[in-house]
Amino acid sequence: MAQQTGPEGATSAEQIGLSVRESQAHPVPRDAGSWAAKVDRLEAPDRAGMRGTNVAGRRLNGPVQGFGKMWQKTYRMNAGTVCSPQAAIATWKAHFPELWPRGNRFAGPLAGISPGDVALLDLAVGGGVKLSTGVFVLYADEDSFTLMTPQGHMFAGWITFSADQSGPDTFVQAHVLMRANDPLYEAGLALGGHRKEDLFWVQTLTALGERLGVADPQVETRTVCIDSRRQWHHARNIWHNAAVRTMLQRLAAPFRGRHRTQSAS
Amino acid sequence: MEAPAVRMDVRQAGSGVAVVDIKGEVTAACEPVLMTAYEEAEAGGARRLVLNFGGLEYMNSGGIGMLVTLLVRANRQHQELAAFGLSDHYREIFELTRLDEAITIYDDEASALSAALR
Repeated sequence: MAQQTGPEGATSAEQIGLSVRESQAHPVPRDAGSWAAKVDRLEAPDRAGMRGTNVAGRRLNGPVQGFGKMWQKTYRMNAGTVCSPQAAIATWKAHFPELWPRGNRFAGPLAGISPGDVALLDLAVGGGVKLSTGVFVLYADEDSFTLMTPQGHMFAGWITFSADQSGPDTFVQAHVLMRANDPLYEAGLALGGHRKEDLFWVQTLTALGERLGVADPQVETRTVCIDSRRQWHHARNIWHNAAVRTMLQRLAAPFRGRHRTQSAS
Repeated sequence: MEAPAVRMDVRQAGSGVAVVDIKGEVTAACEPVLMTAYEEAEAGGARRLVLNFGGLEYMNSGGIGMLVTLLVRANRQHQELAAFGLSDHYREIFELTRLDEAITIYDDEASALSAALR
């Protein structure tokens, strides 16, 4: 769980911690219950079979804190008239972990996706390498939800999953705004990482389409480079690189086990 | 996508400083409105852009993403972004998303302009 100060779904000024003077000056906005309460550092939730080592104590990293070029990627699917945008998002939230491509694991709370939740991830990054990291639910309402990444994740940024109506059809999309978190990840993206990420979200949207009952889900991908400059002052993000840390943690695992056995005897 | 429920008015507030008064809802749908306001400010020679969020009624994560895009565009032109008029709620969102590390937040217009004109 994240260290948060406000309850989920809060609607009154008192519930979201506004002072009387503040609530009089600014009426409670209707998005108040949709945003996560402020956190400084993440706490790793307890999830069966997963370690939160690369999440506990990490700060969130937005595109401002990332290293690499800034990309905006949109994966969009026409779900036709099978459901409303709100029903599509409700299904996506309820079945989010099941819709991920095989070999990847999203361990979130059982109750779906709510602002302030932290989920642990095991991602297949290629060559049999796993990356253990996490995501934070930054925003969630009935039309969309947004996940933000912590230090050490491949990306610094956020992904917004949304649905909208265009004519009679419902469209669902995943919208990524991100920079690679450090130089190592930036190199990885250039060497096939972008292609792998595109495939990941196309497969996820296709799985969502199938669950919604779309006959032949087709996903359109649009990629725009928003900023071609690299932010070299954030190169030291590499210290938190979760891929390197996961690899070192796996190499060290047998020794940790032996140390525990010796301590116990 | 729905039509944006926002209005953004640009006013010049001194040498090289423009204030954008934002009234309504900031979502991804209002990107054309924001970019038009930015271009108007830029055409007036603004080197510092001050966003007035005093009239902000609603903002979702798409709105925050749009502000990041504006920030990149401004940085490319060596322009600075600042903000004032944020309620505690929206100030927390700026802090949560760490946008406050790139967009300086001031309590009111006087302090934002005083810093901008310095």
